[in-house]
Amino acid sequence: MRILRRIGLYAVLGLAALTFIYPFLWMASSTFKPREEFGSLALIPDHFTLDNYRTMWARAPFGRALLNSTMVATTITLAVLVFGSITAYAMARLSFRGRPVLNAATLAVLLVPGQLTLIPLYTLIVQLGWIDTYTALIAPYLFNATAILMLRQFFLQIPQSLIDAARMDGMSELRILFTIFWPLSKPVLSIVAIFTFMGSWNEVLWPLLVVRDQQLMTLPQLLTVFALGGGAGSVGVSLASAMVLVIPVVVAYAFLQRNFIESMAGAGIKG
Amino acid sequence: MAAPYAVFLLAFAAYPIVFALVLVFLHWDLVTAPSFAGVDNLRLLINDGRFWRAVANTFVFLSIHVPLQIVTALGLALALNRKLAGRGFWRAAFFLPVVISGAVVAILWSNLYATDVGLINKLLVKIGLAPVSWLTDPNTAMPAIAVMVTWKNVGFYVIIYLAGLQYIPRSCQEAIEIEGASAWQRFRYLTLPSLLPQTILVVTLSTINGFQLFIEPYVMTGGGPLRRTYSVVLYLYTNAFAYQKMGYAATIGVALALIIGAVVFIQRRVIGKAEAL
Repeated sequence: MRILRRIGLYAVLGLAALTFIYPFLWMASSTFKPREEFGSLALIPDHFTLDNYRTMWARAPFGRALLNSTMVATTITLAVLVFGSITAYAMARLSFRGRPVLNAATLAVLLVPGQLTLIPLYTLIVQLGWIDTYTALIAPYLFNATAILMLRQFFLQIPQSLIDAARMDGMSELRILFTIFWPLSKPVLSIVAIFTFMGSWNEVLWPLLVVRDQQLMTLPQLLTVFALGGGAGSVGVSLASAMVLVIPVVVAYAFLQRNFIESMAGAGIKG
Repeated sequence: MAAPYAVFLLAFAAYPIVFALVLVFLHWDLVTAPSFAGVDNLRLLINDGRFWRAVANTFVFLSIHVPLQIVTALGLALALNRKLAGRGFWRAAFFLPVVISGAVVAILWSNLYATDVGLINKLLVKIGLAPVSWLTDPNTAMPAIAVMVTWKNVGFYVIIYLAGLQYIPRSCQEAIEIEGASAWQRFRYLTLPSLLPQTILVVTLSTINGFQLFIEPYVMTGGGPLRRTYSVVLYLYTNAFAYQKMGYAATIGVALALIIGAVVFIQRRVIGKAEAL
């Protein structure tokens, strides 16, 4: 009886895991199939082909989009880590006028749904003349309230004696932050880095609003435009373009799943 | 040191919030100068069948998505919360769709749901059932999207429930077992009530997520068939981007924020009341 229940449990888990993994395997294998085989459930193509990738690469600037996405997501992640740490350090460990207001404002920002500010932000970008620039994709994300609150919470737990000793040695606040606080904060820094990078890498609504020039499009945006505009022409080509976006994420996830789960679940709950 | 952040908040948070409320009273196409609109946008919103259709669509989505999300996440979390071989693997498998871009998931599932060559219909035919026009039948399109979103997010909520399960004290579990409670009684009178905070979180987050539905209908159905999958954010985007009506698009944004606030508030009251019974 016990053994039967055990087998039943693993069967249910296996079936569940299959529903989560199989569609992605099917997607990956479909990109190597010629048009006639798309309807097939088989994971191994009868006739292996790279044509879908060649077509995709030739019809839209996916290489450029890969660079754009990498550049934008990396810049935002570095900014959120560096500027966020400086801000969180000030909010946690320095006293200055307006600190309570800044704390309250940071919490308030988290409660406002993005849809409320989407259009005013868009009109602001238009008026600043930032449509079709990297600035439009990056500037509104330079600081992140969730990241600042997480970093602040962590920095609050670091002993004051470390700061006092460093100040006695004549260290500047920035040096204290980067040479003493940062090495102690690796767990929270990696959490912030992952959810910031993933958020930016997967974001599609904001780029759809502020970028129209194909050369500046991010991957999810170009992918969407390509699939909707009928540029793909076939399932295999459309899925091949999706693979460009998925492969880096799946590779990173394979190595860092624990960090991914901790980071994205944590940010979702706090954000 | 916090001055740049203060400037950022003023420019990209405070200003847009205030300006959203200003835009409600403006006509503006971004080309000509904005003009005062009085209550035009508000009157239009109240009488706009398309807007209310989108709100109604969201409730259809939520009525399927939220219960399904709770049941699947709780079920998988309970299955994972035992001595298992390869626990890390199962968790990672369930979480995989969470890390994949919504745009990719939408494109992938458009193909899974396709009427003639879709994987799902192929499976249905294989076991002797009739194929379904998932995304082109007005009655199945929104439920199909709701199932897909549930699939994409379930791993995230499994993590939440797993965290909650760790907090149920061992002593309580042992006590209820000594009392001779059946598996169902243990679930009904210990596990489920103990997980109430997590359930409230799942309800709140999946509701907010549902009101933000955009890329799925945008990619999969364009809001059709018969506007049955048109979401509020898709309508907002269309008004801003296709019709250049900034005042009205901002009005939709403000209304959406208020609706989200009201729905989440009511849900919490109702769940609180149910708990008291």
